[in-house]
Amino acid sequence: MDPVPSRQIADMTGQAALPRKNGELVFDEAWQGRIFGMTVAMSHEARFEWREFQARLIAEIARAEREGEASTYYERWLRAFERLVADKSLLDPGDVSRRHGDFESGRRDDVF
Amino acid sequence: MSGNHDHEGHDHHHREPESVLSLRVRALESLLVEKKLVSSDAVDRIVSAYEQDIGPHHGAKVVARAWVDPAYKERLLADGSAAIEELGFGGVDLKVVENTPQVHNLVTCTLCSCYPHSLIGLPPTWYKSFEYRSRAVIEPRVVLREFGVDVPETIDIRVWDSSAEMRYLVLPQRPPGTEGMSETELAQLVTRDAMIGVALVQRTSGTPARPERAAL
Repeated sequence: MDPVPSRQIADMTGQAALPRKNGELVFDEAWQGRIFGMTVAMSHEARFEWREFQARLIAEIARAEREGEASTYYERWLRAFERLVADKSLLDPGDVSRRHGDFESGRRDDVF
Repeated sequence: MSGNHDHEGHDHHHREPESVLSLRVRALESLLVEKKLVSSDAVDRIVSAYEQDIGPHHGAKVVARAWVDPAYKERLLADGSAAIEELGFGGVDLKVVENTPQVHNLVTCTLCSCYPHSLIGLPPTWYKSFEYRSRAVIEPRVVLREFGVDVPETIDIRVWDSSAEMRYLVLPQRPPGTEGMSETELAQLVTRDAMIGVALVQRTSGTPARPERAAL
C-alpha cells in the first residue's frame, strides 16, 4: 500500500513546521525519525489525536523560545510527546526514567 | 551512578547530548512496545516511508527519463498516468505539462487536497496558502517573480488547477550544459519546486562529473 503522507503532518506551519529539505523530511539523527514515527504510529492507532500532540508541540516550542533554550526541533518534539503520553496515562514518567537508566547502564540492550 | 540525571526536571538550559536523547527515545519505544501501544514494525514503516518514499525523487526520475528519452517524453505528455506506471509509479490521474521556450506552466490547487504526493512528496506549506492559491490564478507572473523566476511577457504562462480527479506535474526545461549527464545525475537536479512550476532546474555549476550512483 502506498503510504499517503498525512495532511496533518503537511499542515504543520510556522515554528512547528517539520524540518524539510526540498520537500523531504530531514532527520539528522536516527532517534529523530524514531520519535517522529512513534508519534505518527500512535496517532494512527488513535491513542491520541494529532491535534492534541500538535498543541503540546506548539506549547513546548513557545516555552523553549521564551526561556532562550538552545534545544532543537526534535528535542522539543520529544518533550511534547513525553508530556502527552504522561498526561494520557499511557506511560508513567518514573518507568521512562528507569528504562532510560537501564539502557544507559547497559542492563538493557534492545528495544524488545 | 547513572539515573540521577534530571530527566524529570524541566530546567534544561543547554542542549542534551545526542546520546542521551537517543537512549531516551529507545527507552520510550521499548516501553511502548511492551505495553503494545505501538509496534516497532509500524514505526519502521513510517520512518522508511518518509525517508525513502515521500519526496520528490520519483517525480525527478520521471522528468529525467523524459529528458533523455524523447519517445518516453511523448508518451508522458500524451498520457501521464500510463507513462508513470511504466516506471513503477501508479495510481495517480496525472497530466504532465511541458515547459518550453514559449510556455511556462504553474500548478495550483484551489481546493487544496490535490497534490501528486507519490511523485513529489509532501506539499510545501505555502502551496496550501490561500494567498498562493488565489494569486497564482490572478497574477501568476508576479507570483513567479516573487519566487525568483522571471518570465518575460513574450512567454505564455499557463496555470493548472488540480482537482481530486486530475493532478498536474510540470516537466521543466532541461538546463543547457547537461548534455553529458546521466539520467541519474539529471534526476538529482530536479526539485519539487521545479515540478510545481515555481522554480527552474539549475545545472549545478562547477560540479565535476560524479560517479554513477544506484537508482534513487
